[in-house]
Amino acid sequence: MNMDRRLAEETFDVAIIGGGVVGCAMARRFTLEGARVALLEKATDILDGASKANSAILHTGFDAPPDSLELACIQAGYREYLEVHEAMGLPLERTGAYVVAWTAEQEAALPEILRKAHDNGVPDAVLVDAASLRAAEPHLSTQARAAIHIPGESLIDPWSAPHAYLQQALDNGARVFVDCEVTGGAFADGGWSLETSRGRLEARHVINCAGLYGDLLDRNLLGESRFTITPRKGQFVVFDKAASTLATAIILPVPTARTKGIVLFRTVFGNLAVGPTAEDQQSRTDASTDRETLQSLIDAGVGKIPALADMPVTAIYAGLRPACEFKEYRISETPDRNWITVGAIRSTGLSAALGIAQHVFGLYNRDGKGHRPIESPSVPQAARLAERFPRDWQEPDHGEIICHCEMVTRREIEAALQGPLAARSLAGLKRRTRATMGRCQGFYCSARLAGITDGHFKITLAPEVGDD
Amino acid sequence: MTDLGEGPDIDVAVIGGGPSGLAAATELKRRGIARVVVLEREPVAGGIPRHCGHPPFGWREFRRILTGPQYARKLVSAALKAGVEIRTDTSVAGIKPGPCLTLATPEGVRDITASRVIYATGVRETPRAARLVSGVRARGILNTGALQSLVYLEGRRPFLRPLIVGTELVSFSAIQTCRHAGIRPVAMIGEGATTVARWPAGLFPKLTGIPLHLQTRLVRINGGETVTSATVEGPDGQRDIPCDGVLLTGAFTPESGLGRSGHLQMDRGTGGPVVDQFGRCSDPRYYAAGNLLRPVETAGWSWQEGRETGLRVARDLVGTQPPAQRQIHVVTQEPLIRLVMPQRISLPLSPRGMEALQVRFTAPARGFIEVYADGALAWSKPVDVRPERRFLIPLAGLTESHTNVLELRFTK
Repeated sequence: MNMDRRLAEETFDVAIIGGGVVGCAMARRFTLEGARVALLEKATDILDGASKANSAILHTGFDAPPDSLELACIQAGYREYLEVHEAMGLPLERTGAYVVAWTAEQEAALPEILRKAHDNGVPDAVLVDAASLRAAEPHLSTQARAAIHIPGESLIDPWSAPHAYLQQALDNGARVFVDCEVTGGAFADGGWSLETSRGRLEARHVINCAGLYGDLLDRNLLGESRFTITPRKGQFVVFDKAASTLATAIILPVPTARTKGIVLFRTVFGNLAVGPTAEDQQSRTDASTDRETLQSLIDAGVGKIPALADMPVTAIYAGLRPACEFKEYRISETPDRNWITVGAIRSTGLSAALGIAQHVFGLYNRDGKGHRPIESPSVPQAARLAERFPRDWQEPDHGEIICHCEMVTRREIEAALQGPLAARSLAGLKRRTRATMGRCQGFYCSARLAGITDGHFKITLAPEVGDD
Repeated sequence: MTDLGEGPDIDVAVIGGGPSGLAAATELKRRGIARVVVLEREPVAGGIPRHCGHPPFGWREFRRILTGPQYARKLVSAALKAGVEIRTDTSVAGIKPGPCLTLATPEGVRDITASRVIYATGVRETPRAARLVSGVRARGILNTGALQSLVYLEGRRPFLRPLIVGTELVSFSAIQTCRHAGIRPVAMIGEGATTVARWPAGLFPKLTGIPLHLQTRLVRINGGETVTSATVEGPDGQRDIPCDGVLLTGAFTPESGLGRSGHLQMDRGTGGPVVDQFGRCSDPRYYAAGNLLRPVETAGWSWQEGRETGLRVARDLVGTQPPAQRQIHVVTQEPLIRLVMPQRISLPLSPRGMEALQVRFTAPARGFIEVYADGALAWSKPVDVRPERRFLIPLAGLTESHTNVLELRFTK
């Protein structure tokens, strides 16, 4: 590492540390408002931390803490997503959700959930009885007693959305640096000099969007952190695509004090999944899964939708949410050092990201920074991966279908390997194209992918015999 | 080549160009069926044997010992010679009654119709996710099929010192593949007291140089982006085996997503479509053949099944195959019985159907297999069963015209 090396010649208005969904939305907002933005990500690819695994739901905020910043950000984020998604080609499936009561005790809690939803500005939430629920969701177990219906809860693509946010930032002048870990830095003369694994970077302001490492970054650069992250692992099971016909809406449980509980949800890719668990742990990297927990998730799913018993499992995964000792988001300013911390965006980051970015830009620009918003910014087109969109395999000249389970074309894979946000790992390629994410998990296409991606990935999938 | 939509109507569309699909198509042409089209999603037809660069293939079909790729090429040339149209790079994206198939090709999407469809998409191994393996999702965890296509089709190797999980026939094929690529497995583990494939377990380490641990299961895969070790549990407790990959072999499952997402009735035991003794699905214009029917048989067995299915479909098309008036349901509640196929017997009985029920077991056991016809014992045999071994129950004498249900039981 050469500390004298400068990562970029210019001094940026803002350095955003962390390329999760919040960092990507932040880069977009600040760029559109006219700031010069650099986004620094320590991993090889963006979305490699908390944002790589979630339940891909755009929440209305019906159950968020009343009058909280989280609620405001969720609702602002929801509104902005509705405004921008069509222009960017981002999917939105307004499936609605049911908060289902399975016991008398849970049923007794429904009126309070309904009242909170109405207080939170979700006026279309309604109580439905077992018969109406069954008419809407005929595959649901007959144990379901009643539910709150929230028509606005929706499905989105958890990866194409942040990719599109960051792409829009890049298309309009922002820069992104991956494999770029911030290791230190000093604030002097109204600006930061950040030390990174790739060299020095100058920026007047820093926004800490470091997710699972947010507290450590504050401690390292500010000397203290006002919160401590305790990662909360959530495991998920994804069922075969045929299972997606077994539910229309998102099936939510009556939440407990600690977690929203285990959800059954369809995905825009045409799957049905169950999760997440909520397991507090010390490790910020261990996203391993375990058989007993996965089996308990399957059992929970089958308990709610008995026909799931006949459905094979397609995928298993775990995500880490950056939880801390407080329930609320930890968004705080350190004005004397031009630093804003956006911490502990626990489980609503995908829904709230655009709203958080608006809020943080408001904090940053409170005294006016003189930026001029970009007039008619260019709008990127997201990869079309959702089932209800026309997919690339349905268009001519796609080359060939490489991943047959998810119908991923050679043209899509080659596109994902190009440009400033090119995939540099299999995980990154999966998020951009869905290759190998289907039922065979690479049985058929791994070999072809190894050939096509050769030279593009930081770690080669499978070296040629004699090369390793 | 003409456009698929041009020319005469398609008599039979075969989904899948592996041994059973190619054999069925070839047989149909030999029986005088005019237009038979094989739809193959890969750039080259031939199926799984294409990836399997070692013998023995082909004895049943050609009376010669061939490698997988040689065998696949011979099946393709026999089909072409018989007049079969093979459409490669052609995925079937959806099936509907009609039969109507939605095809995806590099030129785009189109629907075709055919008088009959033979569904022959074969099997694949169960991946890490569906096995619910604990631990990390890392590079170097794969199935034999992926390893073989990496080694034989791409000249690549994903690891150098993997742990092999499983002791089926394919697990030993995996060892041959490893040797071919200079990969040296650290060990092979199997849950049973003996190997699943008939192998002299005692001789194994000497013959292969690979330690074999029986009664040992994979507990967890450890590492980060790459595999560093695997935790296994055997008779002496748990331990870590350092390795740079995990090869998950066997545990085959039919590649049946198309049927499950379509209109065909599926069977939980086999994982494939429910069929009668002619291989007819719940939609009688759809037939199934080969390893899609049940995991797993050799390429030669699948080829034979494909050939017989071709003959049955040919008889159906010329009107000598009577439609089912009634069906006997073949069922079981016995946890030891993993699958039984066919799941239906169509009446009236007519010739050329499968002559036996194919049965597989979940665990080794000794006892009696019994078949009850509407509750009355109709057949019984003492058996010493093993998992993944074929067991046949002859249908002759079990298919009385008044029977409604055949139930399989097992008593110790």
